[in-house]
Amino acid sequence: MSHLRRPAPKELQPTSFAFTPENLERANKIIAKYPEGRQQSAVMPLLDLAQRQTEGNWVPTIAMDYIADMLEMPAIRVYEVATFYTMYNLAPVGKNFIQVCTTTPCWLRGSADVVDTCKKELGIGIGDTTEDGQFTLIEVECLGACVNAPMMQINDDYYEDLTAESTKAILDALKKGEKPKAGPQIGRKGCEPLGGPKVLKAFCGCGAAPQDADASEGDA
Amino acid sequence: MQAKGTPDMLQDKDRIFTNLYGFQDFGLKGAQSRGNWDGTKALIEKGRDWIIDEMKASGMRGRGGAGFPTGLKWSFMPKESDGRPSYLVVNADEGEPGTCKDREIMRNDPHTLVEGCLLASFAMNAHAAYIYIRGEFYHEASNLQRAIDEAYEAGLIGKNACGSGWDFDLYLHLGAGAYICGEETALIESIEGKKGQPRLKPPFPANAGLYGCPTTVNNVESIAAVPTILRRGGSWFAGFGRENNHGTKLFAISGHVEKPCTVEEAMSIPLKELIEKHCGGVRGGWDNLLAVIPGGSSVPLMPKDVCDNVLMDFDGLREVGSGLGTAAVIVMDKSTDIVYAIARLSEFYKHESCGQCTPCREGTGWMMRMMARMVRGQATLDEIDLLWDVTKQVEGHTICALGDAAAWPIQGLIRHFRPEMERRIKEYRARIAA
Repeated sequence: MSHLRRPAPKELQPTSFAFTPENLERANKIIAKYPEGRQQSAVMPLLDLAQRQTEGNWVPTIAMDYIADMLEMPAIRVYEVATFYTMYNLAPVGKNFIQVCTTTPCWLRGSADVVDTCKKELGIGIGDTTEDGQFTLIEVECLGACVNAPMMQINDDYYEDLTAESTKAILDALKKGEKPKAGPQIGRKGCEPLGGPKVLKAFCGCGAAPQDADASEGDA
Repeated sequence: MQAKGTPDMLQDKDRIFTNLYGFQDFGLKGAQSRGNWDGTKALIEKGRDWIIDEMKASGMRGRGGAGFPTGLKWSFMPKESDGRPSYLVVNADEGEPGTCKDREIMRNDPHTLVEGCLLASFAMNAHAAYIYIRGEFYHEASNLQRAIDEAYEAGLIGKNACGSGWDFDLYLHLGAGAYICGEETALIESIEGKKGQPRLKPPFPANAGLYGCPTTVNNVESIAAVPTILRRGGSWFAGFGRENNHGTKLFAISGHVEKPCTVEEAMSIPLKELIEKHCGGVRGGWDNLLAVIPGGSSVPLMPKDVCDNVLMDFDGLREVGSGLGTAAVIVMDKSTDIVYAIARLSEFYKHESCGQCTPCREGTGWMMRMMARMVRGQATLDEIDLLWDVTKQVEGHTICALGDAAAWPIQGLIRHFRPEMERRIKEYRARIAA
């Protein structure tokens, strides 16, 4: 069960961990953001870095120990942080990590259909991973995209304004190894009302039909 | 540009977040074309006291939920350093269910926030600020980081920011999925690299906050509005909304409306007008409305008869036993299973309780389990009073307000929908008796 915040069993734990040279450079830049002697502040971003580096998108215990050494803090303090914050996966997850928001604003707009579609199309339950390791499905609490409900997060991307049909289309594309377009799945760009903004028209291309968002826009 | 027949709608020239919908470039050039970073140096040269006085005159109350006057909060910071540095911390942990307004600022208009951080930090004698953004907002953080990098490159922040002689550094810190880090002291703990568990107050952050130094924590929307308020004057901002509830405000309207959206409007706009003008009305018409949660999941719901006339501001909503909170309006029509809608929030609070205080750690679980039975009607009538009593045992008995936030939605439900809860219990009991 994914909501139990415990490290993965021993047989899954690798026996070594080190940042790649690129990530080591990133780590040093992160540590430099904080005042002298306050390097413990970097523990969260470094755990994130370790998770992104690890096959299976998770944080092995050995990586926590490595970070503890790096930041000169007791290992238990790193374990506390890693188990407290839910974005750190404590066991491997699928290549496509699907997090469906089911909190009230999403539920009101049909998140149950999204969950059902995911379960049916992937043939797995909540907290499970498909046998081929391609998909892990979990339910999460509010992801802060409520006017674009219902929505789900897949890895770093938000897929919004979902229906059962568009959820299936996204999953089908992922199964084929494609990357479906993130963002609202109905004809709008972001949080403006469907059909085009009612205000700020001069700032939105004179109220023209919502343009296709450039998916790469702003992703540094 | 006013739509016909809506003479009193806030005009675009008075909107602060003109790229809210992201149709324009969010980068520095785009931001400058919208008036950001215009004369920032001159604003700094007017001095700290002038900035704080303008913020006080604007009547701005914090946009993160509690509604504490922003200018007053800033004035609590020490005027002279005792050797410790001062910090501004921006709360971008946006996690209150229903709330998705800061996201739009950070991904579409991030320079408003970067410039606001400089001005606010200068006013509070802080040479460094941290923006704590929720970890799930990966793309928002990426846009915001680009804005920060651009501002450094252009000399707008960093050493001698904007040529003002003031040195200012701005850093982004990503969270990792914990609602509680929206509480200011939990947020500070989190930046310090610890579990996000709230601190006892006092000492307040203005005395001992981040790294034990004087710190002010402000919401994204509060800080991002600062440059425009200072350029146009506190009195301009104070011209919107009722006494004690001034300004423009981002409203995020979700749930059962025809067209959910986020929109900047004048404070004190009637709820009905907000929904009908901007969201195409309630699904199935106004008379199909069941209830509204007007300020994010923590505030009690309001049944339709209250919604008919209520004004969307701090005092208006408090008078009807609810609150403006983050102005995240969650609309529920008559098809809603209202008991489940609230029970789902109880699950949320159970999940997000940090576990530090016993009444909250245990109480959120009790409330969640009782609410789950209430959804099915699997209870006795007097258990409604018991549930009420549990909420009262949690409320006010914890370090932070999460306990209160978990209690209030249930209290709102019992206050306004007790007959529905009783009906379910009676039906369930009739069914098992048969």
